[in-house]
Amino acid sequence: MSGELALFYLFGGAAVVASLLVIGQRNPIYSVLLLIASFGALAGLYVLLDAPFMAVTQIIVYAGAIMVLFLFVVMLLNVPAEAPIDHVELHEPQGARWLGGVLAVALLVELGWALWRVVGVDDGRPVADAGQLASVLEIGRVLFQEYAFAFEVTSILIIVAMVGAVLLTRRDSGAGS
Amino acid sequence: MIPAVVAQILLLLFVFFMLLNSASVMVYAERKIAALIQQRYGPYLVGPHGLMQPLADIIKLLFKEELRPLAADRFLFMLAPVISATAAFAAFSVVPFGADTTLFGLLEEPLPLVVADVNVAILVVFAITSMGVYGIVLAGWSSNSKYSLLGALRSSAQMISYELSYGLALGGVLVVAGSLSLREIVDAQAGTWLGVIPRWGVVTQPIGFLIFMTAGIAETNRAPFDFPEAEQELVAGYHTEYSSMSFAMFFLAEYVNMVTVSAVATDLFLGGWHGPFLPESFGWIWFLVKMSALLFFYIWVRWTLPRYRYDQLMMFGWKFLLPLAVVNLLVTAAGVLSFVG
Repeated sequence: MSGELALFYLFGGAAVVASLLVIGQRNPIYSVLLLIASFGALAGLYVLLDAPFMAVTQIIVYAGAIMVLFLFVVMLLNVPAEAPIDHVELHEPQGARWLGGVLAVALLVELGWALWRVVGVDDGRPVADAGQLASVLEIGRVLFQEYAFAFEVTSILIIVAMVGAVLLTRRDSGAGS
Repeated sequence: MIPAVVAQILLLLFVFFMLLNSASVMVYAERKIAALIQQRYGPYLVGPHGLMQPLADIIKLLFKEELRPLAADRFLFMLAPVISATAAFAAFSVVPFGADTTLFGLLEEPLPLVVADVNVAILVVFAITSMGVYGIVLAGWSSNSKYSLLGALRSSAQMISYELSYGLALGGVLVVAGSLSLREIVDAQAGTWLGVIPRWGVVTQPIGFLIFMTAGIAETNRAPFDFPEAEQELVAGYHTEYSSMSFAMFFLAEYVNMVTVSAVATDLFLGGWHGPFLPESFGWIWFLVKMSALLFFYIWVRWTLPRYRYDQLMMFGWKFLLPLAVVNLLVTAAGVLSFVG
């Protein structure tokens, strides 16, 4: 048990530290790499929760596929390291800061509320079901039966976003042809 | 009697050294087979029939100077080959290569011939292979050289394109076997139909096997899909700026990846260690034979087919291989539902 607890703090700590470092990097390549490290630590947490399928999916989908795309884009744009902020003229309207501040506070309150709600949650399922819940069969059943609508709607949403992105980038060349 | 933990550690070391060895054997085989195909002798001077050639190659690589471009990102430049090699070796750790064995009574409990017996093994292989691409991408970016960067960009585009077909080809086998564990998938292929046809995955999933091997060649960056290092266009692609041991690590990773893909294909499609004539405890011989046949096929393809054009690669991957893999998975799933489930 103590070994498991130590591993939990190791992976949890690594995830938190890596996530914090992501926004502290000047060089976007390092941000991407730290995000991958954070996903890796999260996968470790899933393994500790007896959910190896979730862990491996986390690695394949996020660390393996999505982050390669991120890295691809960062490399393609070849973004230089960010310049210090005090040499840059800020152009945003004054109201933007206030709006941002209000939204940030709202997000914090929501997060706090969500965390407060989660503590001691009991949806009636016995705790021993955790391993069962994580099995591939159970995930498939829940995903394609109970949450089939949400699942399909999400895929439509993603397709709309993709088509929109293609349309936006092709707007100029499309007018000429 | 050897305790189980010691046996496990010994097995781990054994697999590690065999993988290291396999790379040098592969280098020799590649040169000899290339020579055979091109009607030359190949390496012949170092040792009998040039058998010591891999050793000579390693010594040559070790004594070369380690160069690093001035404008390179130092940390990532050093890290990239390590990621490549680590991913290559780690992927093999969940691949079983023989039935449980007691080594002729040497062990108390039977030892499974796999370093880590994971119940989602096939996904672990997939996950670790997808991590391997970072080695190539980071090598290309951190070198700060146009050829390296182009090689890395091509590599990431190619990997993303072919990983989908690769995963969907796996899906077909998983649906037939009804398991994610490589051990269970292999055991589901034991025995024969009508006494002659082996119950191998290649019989139930012939199209899946072809897709898997094609995507596997693209995943390991071998000809005719060796775009990340196309020498006529990109000098040496992502490892242009590497020399000495860090170059050797990419080299090593490439060959170990080939061995891993062949081993996984053997487990998934060729019945793993099951075969006629040999008792179960000698099943690993069958495994080696099947894996070697696939590796020979790999080398044969490289020296027979010319490299595709880059747009052909993308067209083929997205417009032919991916739809085929989707249809294959759908047909398989429908078949399993109507005949088995």
